[in-house]
Amino acid sequence: MQEKEVFDKIVGIIGPFAKNKESLNNVTNDSNILKDFEVNSSRLVDIILALEDEFDIEISDEEAEKIETIGDATNLIKNKI
Amino acid sequence: MRRVVVTGLGVIAPNGHGLVEFENALRNSVSGIRFIEKLAELKFGCQVGGIPQNVDGLLPNYFSEEELFAMNEGMVYTGIASIDAWKDAGFSVPERNGNEVNWDAGCIVGVGLGGMDTISEKLIPKISEGKVRRMGSTMVEQCMTSGITAKLSGLLALGNQVSTNSSACNTGTEAIIESVDRIKYGLADRMLAGGSEGSSPFTWGGFDGMKVLSAVFNDKPQEASRPMSQSAAGFVPGSGCGILLLESLESAEKRGARIYAEILGTSLNCGGHRNGGSMTAPNPDSVQNCIKDALKKANITGDQVDAINGHLTATMADPIEVNNWSKGLNRSPENFPYINSTKSLIGHCLGAAGSIESVACVLQLHKGFVHKSLNCHDLHDEIKPFEKSVVQETKDVDIKILAKASFGFGDVNGCIIYKKWE
Repeated sequence: MQEKEVFDKIVGIIGPFAKNKESLNNVTNDSNILKDFEVNSSRLVDIILALEDEFDIEISDEEAEKIETIGDATNLIKNKI
Repeated sequence: MRRVVVTGLGVIAPNGHGLVEFENALRNSVSGIRFIEKLAELKFGCQVGGIPQNVDGLLPNYFSEEELFAMNEGMVYTGIASIDAWKDAGFSVPERNGNEVNWDAGCIVGVGLGGMDTISEKLIPKISEGKVRRMGSTMVEQCMTSGITAKLSGLLALGNQVSTNSSACNTGTEAIIESVDRIKYGLADRMLAGGSEGSSPFTWGGFDGMKVLSAVFNDKPQEASRPMSQSAAGFVPGSGCGILLLESLESAEKRGARIYAEILGTSLNCGGHRNGGSMTAPNPDSVQNCIKDALKKANITGDQVDAINGHLTATMADPIEVNNWSKGLNRSPENFPYINSTKSLIGHCLGAAGSIESVACVLQLHKGFVHKSLNCHDLHDEIKPFEKSVVQETKDVDIKILAKASFGFGDVNGCIIYKKWE
């Protein structure tokens, strides 16, 4: 799977949880999931579950804690698939 | 003590959403009772029920995708009816990302069996399968009994008391009464008050198991809910939410609000499971005392009551209730006020019953009519002496004072005296 495809799928999963929908129009690897998209921090659990299902991978709690940006998620997932 | 008035109404009921649809349904005897395929599949005795229709189409008008991710049926009904009541009272819905809090506005919205859809469809299956860690983040906020009001406070930036009460089928009425007190004593200027109930078979199943639901009209759903009828065969379960925006008279007048009605007096009590009372049956003394106490607090006598909106569920308790009203109001059958049952149209909406029916009460006072009590042309023998008071056809009549009561498992009672605002 190409990096761009992984990136797009991640953004697609996070989209419904974003309170700031406008921020979805200009997503980069540096986009911060909590601060830029205004995702409720408790929903990170649901995003991780959705990523696991989408890419058929397992993400440990330690790995999940390190995900702050879209780039962090893309890199982690790219190395697991 | 401050006077308390109703300045906003919101309702999502099995026979209509919003005041226009609901009033039309009341006036034209539109039943919200339908055959429920799922209940048949699950081999319920009662296979009919009342569920608000076409709710999915309403959702985008009220909630964001992000909000809906963590909302179950009861939370959705609460949100819709509350936002409607808030707007009906002339307030605008605040921006979700704003910083203003309505410190003088709160809510008490109750539920009989909260979050049952989430508990049965997600919580129990996931935990039973050993998949706790795959449940996600939304279980607690949806399953906690206060989930409905916890969510509501965020929708409308409510900063006063925000809580959920529960007293079985008296829940909605109790929420209104507790909210009245909060305003009366100056602790809040306005309160959203009512009850909400979902339609999960797991909510209704316990009642079917007790054989208190109607099981003999499954092929004629609209005839199944028949309070005061000789052929009543148990209640029909319903769901939805009714909300009253209650406000101090002072606050309502100051902002020039439209006032529907005043709440003159209220009463809450319990029969203590004595003298005929039990977990499931009312102590007649406590019911009569509850009615008398509400009259006393309203500073009126029973002969000033023009109409009764009863609890009247379509069980063996209906004739007992009518007799209790007669004694509580000190009105003989010859001199009895109008009496009807909104449950004849929507079923028994459990924790939401008292408040959906209170919306019907306030609409009847405000618009000057009493709605037909459906399916009681064959009046129960013990109610026949009151025949001329039972509303058999909707009629325009300028009623001024209406008494509403709800009774619940646990032998609990609530009574509210509404007065038309003129």
